[in-house]
Amino acid sequence: MTAVLAALLALCVFPGLLFAAAGGLAAEFVDRKLHARMQNRVGPPWFQPLADFVKLLSKEELIPGQADRFVFRAMPILALAAATTALFCIPLFGPRAISRFEGDALVVLYLLTLPTLSFFLGGWASTSPYASIGSMRSLTQLFAYEVPLLMVLMAPGLLAGSWSLSGMALFFQAHALLALSNLPGLCVALVALLGKLEKVPFDLAEAETEIVAGTFTEYSGRRLAFFRLAVDVEAVVAASLLASVFLPWGLSLPLAATVPLYLFKVLAVLFVLALLRTILARLRLEQMLEFCWKWLAPAAMLQLLISVLLAGGLSR
Amino acid sequence: MKWPGKMAAEALRQLLRRPATVPYPSVPAQMPERFRGRIVFDAATCVGCGLCERDCPSGALTINEVGKKRYEAVFQLDRCLFCALCVDLCNKRSLAATREFELAAVRRGDLRVLYPAPAAAKESDGAA
Amino acid sequence: MSPVTIPVGPQHPALKEPESFDITLEGERILGVTMRLGYNHRGIEKACEARSWVQDLFLLERICGICSHAHSTAFCMAVEDIASLQVPPRAQFIRTLVGELERIHSHLLWLGVAGHEIGLDTLMMYAWRDRETVMDLLALLTGNRVNYGINLIGGVRRDVSAEQLEQVLRSIDFLEQRVRYYVEVARTESTLHQRLAGVGPLSMDDARRLGAIGPTGRASMVDRDTRRDDPYLAYGEVQFKVITDWHCDVYGRTLVRLGELLESFSIIRQLAARLPAGPLKVKAPRKVPAGQAVARYEAPRGEDLHFVRSNGTERPERVKVRAPTLANLASVAKMLENHRLADVPIVIAAIDPCFSCTDRAVRLARSAGCERLSWAELRQHGIDWYRREAGLDLAALDRRLAAHPPPGGPP
Repeated sequence: MTAVLAALLALCVFPGLLFAAAGGLAAEFVDRKLHARMQNRVGPPWFQPLADFVKLLSKEELIPGQADRFVFRAMPILALAAATTALFCIPLFGPRAISRFEGDALVVLYLLTLPTLSFFLGGWASTSPYASIGSMRSLTQLFAYEVPLLMVLMAPGLLAGSWSLSGMALFFQAHALLALSNLPGLCVALVALLGKLEKVPFDLAEAETEIVAGTFTEYSGRRLAFFRLAVDVEAVVAASLLASVFLPWGLSLPLAATVPLYLFKVLAVLFVLALLRTILARLRLEQMLEFCWKWLAPAAMLQLLISVLLAGGLSR
Repeated sequence: MKWPGKMAAEALRQLLRRPATVPYPSVPAQMPERFRGRIVFDAATCVGCGLCERDCPSGALTINEVGKKRYEAVFQLDRCLFCALCVDLCNKRSLAATREFELAAVRRGDLRVLYPAPAAAKESDGAA
Repeated sequence: MSPVTIPVGPQHPALKEPESFDITLEGERILGVTMRLGYNHRGIEKACEARSWVQDLFLLERICGICSHAHSTAFCMAVEDIASLQVPPRAQFIRTLVGELERIHSHLLWLGVAGHEIGLDTLMMYAWRDRETVMDLLALLTGNRVNYGINLIGGVRRDVSAEQLEQVLRSIDFLEQRVRYYVEVARTESTLHQRLAGVGPLSMDDARRLGAIGPTGRASMVDRDTRRDDPYLAYGEVQFKVITDWHCDVYGRTLVRLGELLESFSIIRQLAARLPAGPLKVKAPRKVPAGQAVARYEAPRGEDLHFVRSNGTERPERVKVRAPTLANLASVAKMLENHRLADVPIVIAAIDPCFSCTDRAVRLARSAGCERLSWAELRQHGIDWYRREAGLDLAALDRRLAAHPPPGGPP
C-alpha cells in the first residue's frame, strides 16, 4: 500500500508533474527574464509563465475540420508525459535517481525525443500548410542535432563503464577530476540542446516570422498550454541531464548542500542557453544541417575519442 | 573574419545595466516643450473670424456664435489631428496647444469638448 | 511533396503592413509568388480633391508614419513650384534637417525589423532603443514624434533654436557610435551573414529593368539618388556620398542603409554648422494659380514622386503620389526565384516595404475587355454588391449622413 502511495506521490509531486511543471515554469521565467535583460528590457514578472498557462487553459479550443482528431488531441499529453517521465531517471540531488537501471541513459534520450515526435505528429495532424512545413522542418532538424547529442551523452558512459545515469554519477563521484575530460562534450551538448529545445538559432520549426507558429499554429487553449508546458519541462529535464552528466561534482554532500548546488548548475545551463539564443540569428534548414554535420558531429566524435582513450588508459 | 556571437559582449554588458524601458504609466510621461497635445480655447479673445474652423484638416473644430460678439468652440477630440494649425492661424492667440496626450475616453460623447462663450458682460473671465 | 500554396499575408507575423503574397512551394523551395496589393488603399488622392491646399498638406503627411515628412515636403515643393514661391533658405535647411532625421529614424527602424525577421530580436531591441533618441529629438524640434507637421506651403512653421541644435549634435554623436557598432556586427556576426548574404539577389541589369530605386537599387549598383541627381531643399549646399554596394543582395542592402545612416549624420552636422538666418516662410496664396508640377524627394525608401495639378481654385484638381515601394515591389518576385520559404520574410523586408505609401489607385489606360464605371456607377455597384452578398443596405447610410452631418468640415 505504501509502495503504491509512494509511487503516486513520486508521479504527481516529486519528481513528477508538480515538480516538473513548477520547474518548467520557473525555467521559462529565467530564460525570458535573462533574454529581456540582455536586450536592455525589463522582462516579465516571476508569475508570467504561470499566468500564461492559466490564461491558455481558459481559452476556447478550435480543431481544424480536416484534422485527425485523435492524434491532434493526444499529442500534447504525450509530449508532457514523456518529458516528465524522463525526470525520474536523472539523478538530481545526489548520485542516485529515483528510478535507476542499466540503460536508463538511453531511455532518457528516447523520452526526450518523444516530444519532438509529438510536435511533428501534432503539426502533421493539423493539416494546416504552416503546421505541415513546421513539422517537416522539426523532423529534418532531428537528423542534425540528435546524433551529436547522443554521441556526446554516451561519452561519459563509455568512461564510466555504465549506461545508467546514476551509475555514471557514482563513477564521477569517485573520480571527480575525470569529469573535466567531458567539457568539450558539454559545449557540444549545449549547442545541440538549442536544437532539441527549438531555440534560436535552431528554432526554424517554430519560426514566427516565416510560418506563423509552425507545428503549434492550429493549437489553442488547453492543448497549447500543455504543449508549451512540455517544452518548458523539456528544458528543465535537459538542463538537469547536462548538470548530472557533465557537472557531476559535489554529489556526495548532504541534501542541504546538493539542492542549492543542483539549482546553481541548472541555472548556469539555462543562462548559457539564454545567452546563445539572444545573440544569434535563426539559421535556415540546410544551414543548420551543414553546421551540425560539419562542426558539431566532429566535435562530438572528438569527445568520444577522448573518452575511449581515457577508458582504455584506465582499464590498464 | 566572421564568427558567431559578436553581440555576446554587449548582451552581457546590458545585463548589468538598468533597463531602457520607461515604466509608464507608473512613471508619468513628460512630453517636451511645445509638444502638440490637446488644444485649448480662450473664448474671451476670440473674434469669430473662423480661420481655424475653415482650415482645420479634419473638421474637428467648430466656432459657434451664441450672442453678440460671443463665441464658443466645440472640439471633436476624435477628429483632431493635433497638428496645431489652428493655433498658428489664430491672429488673436485664442488657441494654444497643451502637452496633454492621454485623451482616451470610453464614451464617444466624452470626446466632444465644449469651450463655452464668456458671459454677456464684457468684463467677465472667459471660460476655457 | 506536391506543390502547396502558402499565404504570406495579408495578415502574417512577417509583414508589418497588410499585403498579400501567395507563395507556391514544393517542400521548402519557392516555385512562384503572386502579389496582390491594395489592402491599405484609403482613397487619399480622391480625398485631396475635396480639401484645400493646406488641409491636403496635413492629409498627405499621414499617408505613412515613417516617411511622413517626405510626402509633406514633396507636396509643398510641387505646390511652391506651381505658385512660383521662393522658400527662404532657413526654411529649406530646417526642412532638410527634419528630412535627414526622418531618414535616420526610418533606417534604424528597418534595421530592427530586419533583425526580427531573421530571428535576431536583440538587434531589433537595440536598434529601436537607439531610435528613441531620434524620436525624442524630433518631438523636441517639431512637436510630435511622428507626423511632424513642420511644413507649410511656403516654408516651415517652427524655428530651431541654438540649444536644440546642440541637443541634435549631441544625440548624433551618440547615434554614430551605435551605428558603427551595428556595422561591426553586420560585418562579423556569421549567423547574420549567413541569413543575409546571397539572399534576394538582384543583378544590376534586373534592377534597372524592374525599376528598383532607393537603397534597394543602390545595393545593386544602380547609382541613383535624387538628392544628388536633382538637388532640392538644401542638398545642393552639403557634401555627401551616395552609398552603393556591389553585393546586390540583402546583405548589400543592409550595408547601404547603414552607410546612409553615417552619411546622414555628416549631413546634419553640416546643416547645423551652416544654418542661415532669415525668415521662416513666405505667404502662400489661398488660391494657387493654375498649373501643374512634379516634385521628387529622396524618401528613406527611394524616390517619392508627387504630381500636383491646380486649376486656380482653393482645392487641387489632381494629386498623384508614386511611393518608392511601388517601384521596388516589382523586383520582389524576381528576388525570390530559386529561394526557400525561410528567405521570404527577409527578402520582402529588405526592400523596406511601406505598403501604406504604396496603395494608391491606378486607372488603366486600356479598357478592352473591362467595364469603365463612373463614380456614381461605382458607388451604386458597391451598394448592390453588399445588398446581394452580405445583406447590408448601405444606401441608407448616405441619407443618414445627409440628415445628421458631422460638425464642421468636409465629411
